[in-house]
Amino acid sequence: MANKTIKKFCLNAAIALVLPFGLMAQLDQAPAAKPNPNEESHIGDLAGHAHAGAELYYRYCWGCHGARGNGDGENAPYVTPTPRNFVAAVFKCRSTPTGTLPLDSDLYNSIGRGFNFTNMPSWITLTAQNRADLVAFIKTFSARWVTEKPGTPIEIPAEPKLTIESIKHGGERYQKLECWKCHGQEGRGDGPSASTLTDSNDQPIRPYNFTSDNRSKCGKTNADLYRIFMTGLDGTPMPSFADVVKPEDAWDLVHYLRTLQYNNPSPELALWESTPEGKAIVAAKKVENTNTGSGIKP
Amino acid sequence: MRTKQVVVVGLAMLVVAAAAKAGPPAGGTISGKVTYEGTPAKMKPIDMSKEPSCAKMYTTPPLAETVVTGAGNSLENVVVYISAGAPDDAVPSTAAVFTQKGCRYIPHVLAFQVNQEIKIQNEDQTSHNIHPLPKINREWNKSQPPGTPAISEKYDKAEIFPVKCNVHPWMHGNFAVLKNSHYVVTGDGGTFSLPNLPPGKYTVTAWHESYGDQSQEVTISGSEAKTITFVFKAKPY
Repeated sequence: MANKTIKKFCLNAAIALVLPFGLMAQLDQAPAAKPNPNEESHIGDLAGHAHAGAELYYRYCWGCHGARGNGDGENAPYVTPTPRNFVAAVFKCRSTPTGTLPLDSDLYNSIGRGFNFTNMPSWITLTAQNRADLVAFIKTFSARWVTEKPGTPIEIPAEPKLTIESIKHGGERYQKLECWKCHGQEGRGDGPSASTLTDSNDQPIRPYNFTSDNRSKCGKTNADLYRIFMTGLDGTPMPSFADVVKPEDAWDLVHYLRTLQYNNPSPELALWESTPEGKAIVAAKKVENTNTGSGIKP
Repeated sequence: MRTKQVVVVGLAMLVVAAAAKAGPPAGGTISGKVTYEGTPAKMKPIDMSKEPSCAKMYTTPPLAETVVTGAGNSLENVVVYISAGAPDDAVPSTAAVFTQKGCRYIPHVLAFQVNQEIKIQNEDQTSHNIHPLPKINREWNKSQPPGTPAISEKYDKAEIFPVKCNVHPWMHGNFAVLKNSHYVVTGDGGTFSLPNLPPGKYTVTAWHESYGDQSQEVTISGSEAKTITFVFKAKPY
């Protein structure tokens, strides 16, 4: 009788001693998240599905973006800038703050618009459903879409009235925020730091040349321009100024930047050129008798 | 009889749990020195002529800090930390501070814990952009003009990665995000000391931005002090 009790006691004690360690060991091990192969996308009423996007990706996209989505496709060595790496999931054109994932609509718009000054064409020829499916499939390359939610889109207040004061104030912001260090005093992308810029893969990269035309990276509208410097182009030297620029100042800067794009007719440029001062500044920049008039100074 | 057993088992579990959870007693220490062998690359003076507001702060141009050596072949800016064998530590409430001054980062390597706040400040007359380049954590890039408040951030995964300023291409630093409080960044002399280690088998890792990382296993059985050295192979370039 006594032996049985002792045996039982020992057994229970052994379990009691081992169990807590077992539990604690389990708590230490958090399994690494894996991407979700059944991602979906939602853009307005449109819903995309990864399995439908896979077919399209392996027909149209993998030549540059790679079989594994990390930007090392067959064409990648011959392409500058290098194709987007969907495994890293760091994206340039977003409506969300720096360091956060974009919205599905940001990716959808990027596919449809393409990226000016890169090898990424506009895929507007694919149907809306196709593009939504591709967005869903792209998300299956990174576990970030599982562990993080996209950022909260930045608030863009209504654009204020366009005035000369707004343009001039924007010009002051351009100086104060030192945009000219990379973009140059005339926005030609020839500032003192321009020649040493590298992207996050250590590849040389050029800052945007405002005098080239109106085709900036993330869309043609003023709101698109606003978003570029208020969310930053992640993966590139272009930072976010959201913490240091007030929204009203941001709109002034947008108005001023349009006057730097003197090869792109816009209400801002027209207003600026209607003043003697503005007209003189723009005339000094325009170069006659060159191939493109794009701002190459003799 | 049953009740007695349950009580005994319960007590045993409580005792074990309490012993495991109890804070570490003043334990052992692992200390030592980090040195190099071979010829390290000569550090070049930084040309800050494109940023006169910083250039004027130096009587002679400062040297790049990729490899900083000292007397006795010692190596500075090496992160020495316990990479295995110690549990994760609670997040400290004080922030780690990273300063941009004279168009350089102070300190060159900032070590701090997962989820600990870091405060980044700009003490220069020029704008900088802070562009840390992690691969596991999230990459962000923020502009910081002079006179603007400190940027407060944190990282939720352990990783060691570079930080740069795109406007000033010579500015390079590193962030070491670590899981526990047992870490040191070597200074002049290359020495390090990791105290308060309870008995156990530890992996000590030393990381240098140019020479890579090395690890050694050290066992602490009581409150003894153990000495180890790390020797990195210097590259002439």
